[in-house]
Amino acid sequence: MLHQIHLTHKKIQYPCSEETNLLKAMSQSGKAGIPRGCAEGGCGICKIKIEAGEFRTGKMSRSKVSLEEEKAGILLACRVFPLSDLKVSILEHNKPEQPF
Amino acid sequence: MNARAMSTKGVLRPGHVQIRALDMDTMVKHYRDNLGLLEMDKDDSGRVYFKGWDEFDKFSVVIRPADEAGMDFMAFKVNGEECLKQLEKDLTTHGVALEQLPAGELKGCGRRVRFTAPTGHVFELYADKEQVGNGIPENNPDCCPDELKGMKAMRFDHCLLYGDDLDGTVELFREVLGFNLAEQVTDGDVQVAAFLTVSNKAHDVAFIRHAEKGKLHHISFFMESWESLLHAADLISRRNITHDIGPTRHGLTRGTTIYFFDPSGNRNETYAGGSTYYPDSPVMNWDADQLGKAIFYHDRELNERFLSVLT
Repeated sequence: MLHQIHLTHKKIQYPCSEETNLLKAMSQSGKAGIPRGCAEGGCGICKIKIEAGEFRTGKMSRSKVSLEEEKAGILLACRVFPLSDLKVSILEHNKPEQPF
Repeated sequence: MNARAMSTKGVLRPGHVQIRALDMDTMVKHYRDNLGLLEMDKDDSGRVYFKGWDEFDKFSVVIRPADEAGMDFMAFKVNGEECLKQLEKDLTTHGVALEQLPAGELKGCGRRVRFTAPTGHVFELYADKEQVGNGIPENNPDCCPDELKGMKAMRFDHCLLYGDDLDGTVELFREVLGFNLAEQVTDGDVQVAAFLTVSNKAHDVAFIRHAEKGKLHHISFFMESWESLLHAADLISRRNITHDIGPTRHGLTRGTTIYFFDPSGNRNETYAGGSTYYPDSPVMNWDADQLGKAIFYHDRELNERFLSVLT
């Protein structure tokens, strides 16, 4: 079943099946807005906040998503699978300063 | 053992790396069936041991179940127990705190000496590991064993690690462990990348200066040829493995490469070729304003993930 993913910071939306994660569905539909890193739950680059909607999650690196964040819907897009339409916003990432 | 080390301090080569797994089943399948490492053993703590087919020692890659991704430690094999004892003294003199791991803590491995480098990475030294051979006879050896899987990775080759005190780690590796600086990237007087070797290879470990301590950029596996990299690239697409970049060539080391990610988000590399280092070779230098070409020689620019996607 397809659900609509609304990226509130970009004012765009794209379809995503219940078996596909939010990051993969975005690139498959040719949209952009969530940065892609390892796409395997490890690096934390694709961190998002689910503002509204139902979803399930896969395993994410605990050093990138704390238990408190997970409870607050702050998650990695590569490990979120929609169960309804979702409203999603992007967070300021903890991107390290580039030393050179 | 009567190996002859190129390092004056007796460090022989990379010996093993322990990697954290968010999910063991997918990780074991990836390293066994995609990279083609041989599954060698497992232990009571849930760790699974692998080796590349062309390695003689029992294991070189250990996967540990964990709730975060990244590298636990990287180890170097040294030239015998006397050498290990001398290196312990030298590290202590240098002010490095040591931790002792008893023989058998990793199955088939002798005692290990563990320390943390100034960049925050944990390293180990050991002298002995059970040798199981590379699957072909030592007398009249054939080219390769039968029935290898996936990319048929030959060996664990090196790690690229990111951390803050690059100067401190490079000094430790050169002055205490006897590594040679083969290649580097410099921004004026500041060294931003150091490729260090104890062998004929362009790097046995490499470091890039970075704000955070103790980060893993990639674990690299050696392949026979450019053609074997293209075979690996086809397999990456066929099996929908998360791809990063390549096949392409690095300017640094001249090696050919593909970057991709394991199922816990740790970056892997398949690597072939690379320049030859001798102790009298000059240091190859890249200027930081040529970093794109230094890293990805054909694209001549970094992809957005190279400096920021780490575990």
